[in-house]
Amino acid sequence: MRRGAAADRFAKGIVLAYLALALVPIVWMLVTSFKRNADATSLVPKFVPFGDAAVSFKPTLENYATVLGGAAGSTGTPFSRNLASSLVIGAGSTLLAVVLATLAAYGFSRFPMKGKKDWLFFILSTRMLPPLAVVIPIFLMFSRLGLTDTHLGLILLYAAFSLSLGVWLMKGFIDEIPREYEEAALVDGYTRLEAFRRVILPQAATGIATTAVFCLISAWNEFAFALILNASGATPVPVFIQGQLGDVRGVPWGELAAGALLFVLPVVAFTFLVRRHLLRGVTFGAIKR
Amino acid sequence: MASGASASERRGLSDRKIRNLFVAPALVLLIALNVFPLFWSLGLSFTRYDASNPARPPEYVGGANYGEVLRDPEVFRSFHVTARYVAAAVAIQFALGFGLALLLNRPFRGRGLVVTLLLVPTMLSPIVVGLFSKLLLEPNYGLVNSFLGAIGVADPPAWLSDPSWIWASIVLVDTWQWTPFVMLLSLAGLSAIPPHLYEAAAIDRASAWFRFTRITLPLAGPLLLLAVLFRAVDAFKLFDLVMVLVGKDQALTQTVSIRLYLEAFASWHTGSSCAMAYVVLVLVVALSNLAIRTLDRVSGGGSTA
Repeated sequence: MRRGAAADRFAKGIVLAYLALALVPIVWMLVTSFKRNADATSLVPKFVPFGDAAVSFKPTLENYATVLGGAAGSTGTPFSRNLASSLVIGAGSTLLAVVLATLAAYGFSRFPMKGKKDWLFFILSTRMLPPLAVVIPIFLMFSRLGLTDTHLGLILLYAAFSLSLGVWLMKGFIDEIPREYEEAALVDGYTRLEAFRRVILPQAATGIATTAVFCLISAWNEFAFALILNASGATPVPVFIQGQLGDVRGVPWGELAAGALLFVLPVVAFTFLVRRHLLRGVTFGAIKR
Repeated sequence: MASGASASERRGLSDRKIRNLFVAPALVLLIALNVFPLFWSLGLSFTRYDASNPARPPEYVGGANYGEVLRDPEVFRSFHVTARYVAAAVAIQFALGFGLALLLNRPFRGRGLVVTLLLVPTMLSPIVVGLFSKLLLEPNYGLVNSFLGAIGVADPPAWLSDPSWIWASIVLVDTWQWTPFVMLLSLAGLSAIPPHLYEAAAIDRASAWFRFTRITLPLAGPLLLLAVLFRAVDAFKLFDLVMVLVGKDQALTQTVSIRLYLEAFASWHTGSSCAMAYVVLVLVVALSNLAIRTLDRVSGGGSTA
């Protein structure tokens, strides 16, 4: 099998080359986040953070200080306010979606129901709707209810859109918990609710955490609804970043890079945290491995 | 999907109550924020209405909006633009993603880490992806053109401002983000193929082409199809990346979603934009139905059995 070993090395080489190329944008943003604007827009790309060659620059933490704001207790910078909105909306919608999804998934997993498959497919199909085709009536509804430019509006909306993913993922996880565990608890005199709380919830902890991560990432990254519903208040980071790019006085690349990196840091961390369930996450729990 | 067990049948009534109690909140939220708005906009699609001027009530015009939308050359162009984009993006991402999966479908040290790192772009917000790319593709100080200049390309393109390069740039950025997604699904399809099939083919001295077309493709097929359909549904909605890379006013890149945005929230033709939204919905629902069916097939025949 000598030929096979050489082929394996060759394949690995190509994959690593692709990976290196694919990571360039992220690395370049990281480098830029430590640059003053003159260095960020220099005609000669500056990528050596020391010395005084043509490609050298003097690294600075200024951008991070600027986007996060100086003294604690002040009202904060535009970026830090947007980041706070993203946190509130992300956490709120995730919590709501995970609670509702876990309950619904248990219902779908354990009890017989007429037209169960149709309900599940209906829930899944809501995920596929194009935001721009749905947002018009939601805009009208939220305007009337005073929910535009509020955290609550996007929390409810993102929770609704995360439900499809949440219910399907959680159903997959709960399906894997042997029914015998609950049956035993029921025989021991537990009620259904007690069995759910004492047996299912602890067993489903990994599933709940994984589902929460996927719901959080989808809320965290969402742009279209936020742009239309929350343009002038409780604005999350993606809308803020898009607005900054249209700045006629020139784009503040260093600051944007610093802000964007702070913004994607949790996503990257969570991606690694749920790395064994990524396939499950992107296929709505259909593929388990 | 076997359901119903002996113990739960015995306590039928209380179980049914619990089931309804557990499932209802999720359905209520979905109906309030998905179904109800869709019915509302169906109604509005038959009216002339301007949501920025709520003092004037919607005025019933029958199917006139649909006639207008279907005849509007701008709408037609946006569909054309979107279809071309979907075809190009999905084809390139499929070729690259499936290719990567074929290369990755062998054991090597650090494979898990490589796969996770490859997937990072897929998990990022398209707005951030757009931001990264905009800096790289900047014509004067962007890294891409600096590199092209360094290797002797005399006149590198102005990517996002040159009309003949805008689409290529957007497809390129989208490909950076979504190729790993296709790779992940392809890899799942490939690794589920039992090795003994290849061993049997080797004993029969089957050619590499035979193995690829008779074993690899048919067995990985459903997951490859799923990857393509998911990508197609998603690419059809293209909005974020265009907004961040070139903005809403560049006619060349006015996708269906951008067109809807302009109709609804720049011109405030609320009634006719609802009609256009319905035309889009019918198409997407048809496409996503196909995706959901494939998903069902994949999960039915998969490792869950």
